[in-house]
Amino acid sequence: MTAAPSKIYIPRDTTACSLGADRVAEVIQQHIRKHQLALEIVRNGSRGLYWLEPMLEFETEQGRVACGPITPEKADEFMAAACWRNIDKHPLYLGLTEEIDYLKKQQRLTFARVGIIAPTSLEDYCRHGGFAGLRTALAMKPQAIISCVTDSGLRGRGGAAFPTGIKWQTVLDTTSAQKYIVCNADEGDSGTYSDRMIMESDPFSLLEGMIISALAVGANQGYIYLREEYPLAEEVLNRAIDVAYANGYLGKAIAGSNFSFDLELRLGAGAYICGEETSMLESLEGKRGEVRSKPPLPAISGLFGQPTVVNNVISLATVPIILAQGDEHYQRYGAGRCRGTLPFQLAGNIKYAGLVELAFGYSLRDLLEDFGGGTRSGRPMRAVQVGGPLGAYLPESQWDTALDYEAFIEIDAVLGHGGVVVFDDSVDMSEQARFSMEFCAIESCGKCTPCRIGSVRGVELIDKICAGDAPTQNSILLEDLCYTMANASLCAMGGMTPIPVRSALEHFAEDFEVDPGPASRPSPQA
Amino acid sequence: MGLVSNSPLAHEKLVKRIIKELQGLPGALLPILHRLQDELGFIPPALLPVIAAGLNLSRAEVHGVASFYHYFRSSPPGRNSIQICRAESCQAMGSRALEAHAQRTLQCKFDQTSANGEFTLLPVYCLGNCACSPAVRVGDKVYGHVDAAKFDALVAALSTSEVEVK
Repeated sequence: MTAAPSKIYIPRDTTACSLGADRVAEVIQQHIRKHQLALEIVRNGSRGLYWLEPMLEFETEQGRVACGPITPEKADEFMAAACWRNIDKHPLYLGLTEEIDYLKKQQRLTFARVGIIAPTSLEDYCRHGGFAGLRTALAMKPQAIISCVTDSGLRGRGGAAFPTGIKWQTVLDTTSAQKYIVCNADEGDSGTYSDRMIMESDPFSLLEGMIISALAVGANQGYIYLREEYPLAEEVLNRAIDVAYANGYLGKAIAGSNFSFDLELRLGAGAYICGEETSMLESLEGKRGEVRSKPPLPAISGLFGQPTVVNNVISLATVPIILAQGDEHYQRYGAGRCRGTLPFQLAGNIKYAGLVELAFGYSLRDLLEDFGGGTRSGRPMRAVQVGGPLGAYLPESQWDTALDYEAFIEIDAVLGHGGVVVFDDSVDMSEQARFSMEFCAIESCGKCTPCRIGSVRGVELIDKICAGDAPTQNSILLEDLCYTMANASLCAMGGMTPIPVRSALEHFAEDFEVDPGPASRPSPQA
Repeated sequence: MGLVSNSPLAHEKLVKRIIKELQGLPGALLPILHRLQDELGFIPPALLPVIAAGLNLSRAEVHGVASFYHYFRSSPPGRNSIQICRAESCQAMGSRALEAHAQRTLQCKFDQTSANGEFTLLPVYCLGNCACSPAVRVGDKVYGHVDAAKFDALVAALSTSEVEVK
């Protein structure tokens, strides 16, 4: 390396900060001040290579190079020894960031800027292709924008996988003086953090997606419904909204056009059910987050009874690149009916946890082996829960399934929001099944009986089965309960809770067995 | 939080000011409850009728909303609220043992406050820190890879800073 770097990037992302990135930044700042170094600190987002966080990056003549993990304890020594001047000699030197295998093997479309730019720098955003999609959209008729999104094949990334363009079409075709765009940022699924990363690391992409959506359907007001558990995302988004207003990307006459759009951030209050779209709309209206019956669809009668686009963060943040590069570009990625990419999130007991954006079509095993690198504990992997708390627990025999919405439905599983939680062989799957029911009991909105009461009964039944209390009869009863919940619940909360429960019972039956004493043996007539 | 005097009169003045400022928002109830909890650390039940009157809602409606959401509390928390994630990713990394350890250490259960008033222990279902499970949150700070030793260090650090403040 010829010259010492002039810029140092230190991530400001919840997970990087949970490992001490803020403290690292403080230590480095102190050194810079004390020694009057010609080094500028940029707080970028995270690249999502979380086992390397806090991962520092340096601007060099060759490009950006990385070094990590630099913990707060190491940061002092790192600066004192002036390691940054000869970064390529450091034992934790990782080389050019873009060449890190984990990153290089991905197809980053939605996450193209994540970890690269300073999140609320409009200049950075525009220099990396930001607002190109909006500029294209402003020159198009609403129908043409929607057709572009429909033809791209984009489906709702919140988990339901409904075609985004078709939803927008319904809102466009519904006549009303007032329409809304609502971004569902209530990312409550355990094992998922892709929405959080977009909001913390590239918030303008979400704003741009919402503006394009508003332009397409004729809405002039938008809301982002953000979960309370994401304080950093709240801060970054509010800052991004302020910057967008100050620079004419929100408010009246957006980017010099005659189109106006206002956007406000609203906070949830710790209710998982508010990730369900109608419950979220109730919450936005200032009510209890109780699920509404459908129909009417929110696209026809949504927020305050008006036609409303409700989309997940990732869906909206993907819209700009579709408009900028064209629907055919996005279409080219993927397999079967799943076009484009999905940001998978590796979580739980996994060695290389992180964000992996891939085109649809890879197998779960590819993801676990090529990226995950085994468990963090070093013990054998036993079960993988894909798609959040309402997703199935998959045994090894199912890991060759393609990461594709339809392929997962075929094995009674869901891809959901792309969360992948790994468990090693110390897991007790009866505890996991019990927790699925317990979580449903805690988070049920209470409106429908199968979910509200079924979940409580489910916990009791699993306890009885595991205690050896008439396990055969209670297993039959549990299956009957699952059938009722799956078919008679008002929404996916009660409707899908049986998925993890049944998968645990089916594939890990041995975990529910106790040595049945004579008293608990089923009677002959059962 | 904690800048407002604890007298009922001061609380009422505060809530009226908040209502006046926010009542024009569509669906103003959640933003009002949030602001109130930001300021006081909880939502005193005695203020619900004031909010109801301000928004032209029934007391039952306001109570129904305030009690629906896990985040809103009707009683004051301890000086620090510690949230421990109970969701699957953290379970896969030992959060069940961490929960038990925390309850033993603080000698209180979830949704309770330790006897010295220092810590309120709360369950949370995902902090989005699933790449570094188990996760814990105190205020706006999230901690990753939290085991029993790290939890103890965190508690010790928070306890000390409280002593210093006094």
